[in-house]
Amino acid sequence: MSILVIADHDNSSLTQSTLNVVAAAKAIGGDIDILVAGENCGSVGEAAAKAEGVNKVLVADNAVYGHFLAENLAELVAEVGKGYGHILASAGTTGKDFMPRVAALLDVAQVSDIMRVESEDTFVRPIYAGNAIATVKATDAIKVITVRPTAFDPVAAEGGSASVEALDLVKDAGLSEFINEEIAKSDRPDLASADIVISGGRGMQNGENFKMLEQVADQLGAAIGASRAAVDAGFVPNDMQVGQTGKIVAPQLYIAVGISGAIQHLAGMGDSKVIAAINKDEEAPIFQVADYGLVADLFEAVPQLEEELKKVM
Amino acid sequence: MKVLVAVKRVIDYNVKVRVKPDNTGVDLANVKMAMNPFCEIAVEEAVRLKEKGVASEIVVVTIGPKASQEQIRTALALGADRGIHIETDEEVQSLEAAKLLKSVVEKEEPKLVILGKQSIDSDNNQTGQMLAALTGMGQGTFASEVVVEGDKVQVTREIDGGLMTVGLKLPAVVTTDLRLNEPRYASLPNIMKAKKKPLETMSPADLGVEITSRLSTLKVEAPASRQAGIKVADVAELVDKLKNEAKVI
Repeated sequence: MSILVIADHDNSSLTQSTLNVVAAAKAIGGDIDILVAGENCGSVGEAAAKAEGVNKVLVADNAVYGHFLAENLAELVAEVGKGYGHILASAGTTGKDFMPRVAALLDVAQVSDIMRVESEDTFVRPIYAGNAIATVKATDAIKVITVRPTAFDPVAAEGGSASVEALDLVKDAGLSEFINEEIAKSDRPDLASADIVISGGRGMQNGENFKMLEQVADQLGAAIGASRAAVDAGFVPNDMQVGQTGKIVAPQLYIAVGISGAIQHLAGMGDSKVIAAINKDEEAPIFQVADYGLVADLFEAVPQLEEELKKVM
Repeated sequence: MKVLVAVKRVIDYNVKVRVKPDNTGVDLANVKMAMNPFCEIAVEEAVRLKEKGVASEIVVVTIGPKASQEQIRTALALGADRGIHIETDEEVQSLEAAKLLKSVVEKEEPKLVILGKQSIDSDNNQTGQMLAALTGMGQGTFASEVVVEGDKVQVTREIDGGLMTVGLKLPAVVTTDLRLNEPRYASLPNIMKAKKKPLETMSPADLGVEITSRLSTLKVEAPASRQAGIKVADVAELVDKLKNEAKVI
């Protein structure tokens, strides 16, 4: 059976998570087609065609898909996806939004946020904020799946030579309209795919103090994250939240600063390769998962960290 | 307008779950249960809409065993007007839950359906979207702000990278994110009053929905535990370890 991967993109470039999803598709096995739906998204189609292991790229370029409204996208994907054995998308906010709608339109179950492929119908996924790992078998004819990007190594972005086909299929459900968007601009690496992440929690005390983390992040080329407590307190915007209900990250190095380590936060960063924690409370649960723990006042330790990094980087 | 809110009984969010030794699931015997946190936010939002004069009636629905009535009573104590309990002891997966809710939507004809964005047990994040698909409604998922204007609702959604606002025709489905509101606590008088509010019980068969399982859980395991780490004495040692031992910087 062949597999349809729905590209994650911003109408100008392909998001790296798409390459992770293609890797999950490879693990399932079969011909892999990519569907790029968007507005003026030709360059995304070209980029998708270069990804390793891709058979064919379908491009649905129309204003109705420009803002990835779930109502329109789901009708398109359900129609195109009918001919496939598996439909896969990244478990980002876009995939989480439209994919269950696709599954319901096709009258099949969805398997959310898979971390591993056991066979073409059996998948491994976290439940209870990652405190239990379930192996589930999907019995429906079409498997609708969202993929946790950090759990799969991306396929190469170059080297493929898939054919690109324009898809003249316009689905406008007429139920919703885009009004506006506020996207946080940042020169730093994307949080979900950064190699190093430094995160602050309630211990940062205010948003101004996050500047201390920015200086360290600049030294390391790191992305900046936050705990729910820091977001709820208004220190930083919500798209920086790492955890069960925020972003799932698995960087090479995760530095937790002033974060106690609640279950819900650990769900978002527990798969990091190396975890370092700076916290003044030596009983903080974060130390139970940290490879390197430093019991210290962050207001002294973080500036020192910046100085030490200057010496070695 | 009428607002329908779906709530779910789940393990309390503070409980550290234990996987059963036979790997068939998570041990729920004698564990504290509560309303799913995202569902509490959904109830709160409905109550606020009523306080603003936008909503006229709030109907709260749950699917689950008899004990789930506790969560309906909680919602009634928080300000919902009446409850519907779809009683079943079977495990109800997202698609079937959405089909049951669709039947309730057809009977009740609410203008707005509010659900949590995900339940903290299965972490699926599916039911609201599936319900919207089955009823042919628009969906405003991961909402951090909901504004009803005439026959439309504007929903500000939390997306990767920031926020996005969409306009939806009513009736519509909204799923709540954590930052939509701060749920209130039920006062004792309200808890007492809630006991007298109407609660209707029905079965999946009454709604013409057969509970089938499309996903079978083969096993449930505890996650791999991390190796115990070390405590370092100072920042210099931390940087040294990261560079020379872990080699990650």
